[in-house]
Amino acid sequence: MSDTIIRFDRVSKVFPEGTRAVDDVSFDIFDGECITFVGPSGCGKTTTVKLLNRLVEPTGGRIWLNNQDTAQTDVIALRRSIGYVIQDVGLFPHMTVSQNIALVPRLQGWSEKKRNERTEELLHLVSLDPATFRDRYPHQLSGGQKQRVGVARGLAADPPVILMDEPFGALDPITRAQLQDEFLRLRRRLKKVILFVTHDMDEAIKLGDRIAVMRSGRIVQFDTPRKILREPADPFVRDMVGREGGIKLMKLLRIADIMDPADGMTIPADRLSEAERRMAESGKDILLAVDKEGRFRGTLSYEQFIRSEHPGDATQLDRTCPVVEASDRVDTTLENMLKHKRVWLPVVGEDQKLRGIVTLTHFACFFSAVETLSGGTP
Amino acid sequence: MSVIDYFIKNIGLILKLTIEHIEITLIAVAISTVIGVAIGIFITRYRRAATAVIGIAGILYTIPSLALFGILIPFIGIGLKPTLIALILYSQLALIRNTFVGIIHIDPSIREAGKGMGMSNWQFLRMVELPVALPVIMAGIRTAAVMNIGTATIAAYIGAGGLGWLIFRGIASVNSNQIIAGAVPVILLAVGVDYLFILLERALTPAGLRH
Repeated sequence: MSDTIIRFDRVSKVFPEGTRAVDDVSFDIFDGECITFVGPSGCGKTTTVKLLNRLVEPTGGRIWLNNQDTAQTDVIALRRSIGYVIQDVGLFPHMTVSQNIALVPRLQGWSEKKRNERTEELLHLVSLDPATFRDRYPHQLSGGQKQRVGVARGLAADPPVILMDEPFGALDPITRAQLQDEFLRLRRRLKKVILFVTHDMDEAIKLGDRIAVMRSGRIVQFDTPRKILREPADPFVRDMVGREGGIKLMKLLRIADIMDPADGMTIPADRLSEAERRMAESGKDILLAVDKEGRFRGTLSYEQFIRSEHPGDATQLDRTCPVVEASDRVDTTLENMLKHKRVWLPVVGEDQKLRGIVTLTHFACFFSAVETLSGGTP
Repeated sequence: MSVIDYFIKNIGLILKLTIEHIEITLIAVAISTVIGVAIGIFITRYRRAATAVIGIAGILYTIPSLALFGILIPFIGIGLKPTLIALILYSQLALIRNTFVGIIHIDPSIREAGKGMGMSNWQFLRMVELPVALPVIMAGIRTAAVMNIGTATIAAYIGAGGLGWLIFRGIASVNSNQIIAGAVPVILLAVGVDYLFILLERALTPAGLRH
């Protein structure tokens, strides 16, 4: 594994009135990871992340950030090194969008020029046109726009770690899905450690590299979304995932995860005359033609081959066969196949090189595997 | 002799007393603002003290002004000093309460965001709490100023000077012209200051809060 950025070592938080909000929690977070903390309200997920920037002080255990004990770090410096985005955004109402975004840089003494450049850059990053939004006040923004500004503000001083406490929780479903997608796009561009709190398992699955499922102050399961969907640790996690584990997993997986390589089914496009021999050898009655670079050129079926007057002529190739990319989602691909009545499709990479083949059987296998592994009943 | 004649004849005196009146009010408002805002901020930090502090300020506010002067005179004598003390004491309720309310009514999410972003207590007070609470604090200062103009009029009775002097002299000598020469400027002053502060409040409200 890569470097540990954050380590919780047997951390507890008991509030003065006796509530055990976080109960002996330990975990490591590695460089570049996005961890989603999910659970019902009162499970301690928000308290857990607030322990990191010391908005809540632990009553037991130790927390390490970049190998430094956070209890020994100056609390102001600690918080400035951690971006913070919350559900109610908390924009300062008397400051413009750019003043809000540039606040932490201002506190850190950045020059005005540098602050302006950074604000510009961040507004672009969160898909707000700087000319339009720079000088607006928070009350002139929609909920979605506010949270975009909130995210930009959290990123302003380029902190290596970002805490997001149900940032999309108060938004309508459409805006929410949109911001989730942009979050994923953003994450590909900025390699940051993100601790993301949500009560929505779907959101946790969609956004997290790993998910910490919490209940009553404890982490019940800390795993990748696939692992949680396929092997929920206990009935509680299974309930959180819901009855549609298979459908959710399908949204998560890519064609590359379920396809088979096209071994034995390929033929160089300039040697189609060998088709009959290759079909005999492989027992397949369809071959996939590739060029010298391995790019997919078309399909050749046995009927086409024997009906042809000039066997081996490149004109025999059926070039109308659609392809699917290895990085495409499983669910949309299945829908496309059903719509276009295809029982199989060639899979190509981004470079159009043939990567394999996916058939309806692969989908059937995928679903039966999900059902048996999660122990669900049909 | 008509009122107008009296005005023209005594314009120098009336102007002098008006300026005196403004001076007393201004000094009292300035000092009470510093004290009241400071106490108001203090009790947002020590919430447990808030009820007691605002309660005391409330009691002070209910003391009739002549009674308050009566208590102060044996200790401090007459003149400007007991007047200023009385005006400052009367102003505290409006200033402390408005500062306190203006600050504690700031949205908790704003507070949490500021804290979580790593603003120190002082930075948050200066950059967020005071600017956001400013319109409410200004309303408190306005109340105090208008009230001080009224109370300062009565303070002429204990030798503070100002336009009240004309009124008391007029009453004593049954000179209605003189009474009016004192009363009208005081009324105009009170109404004018009130209006001025409304304008000031508007000008000082941060653009993002004007909606």
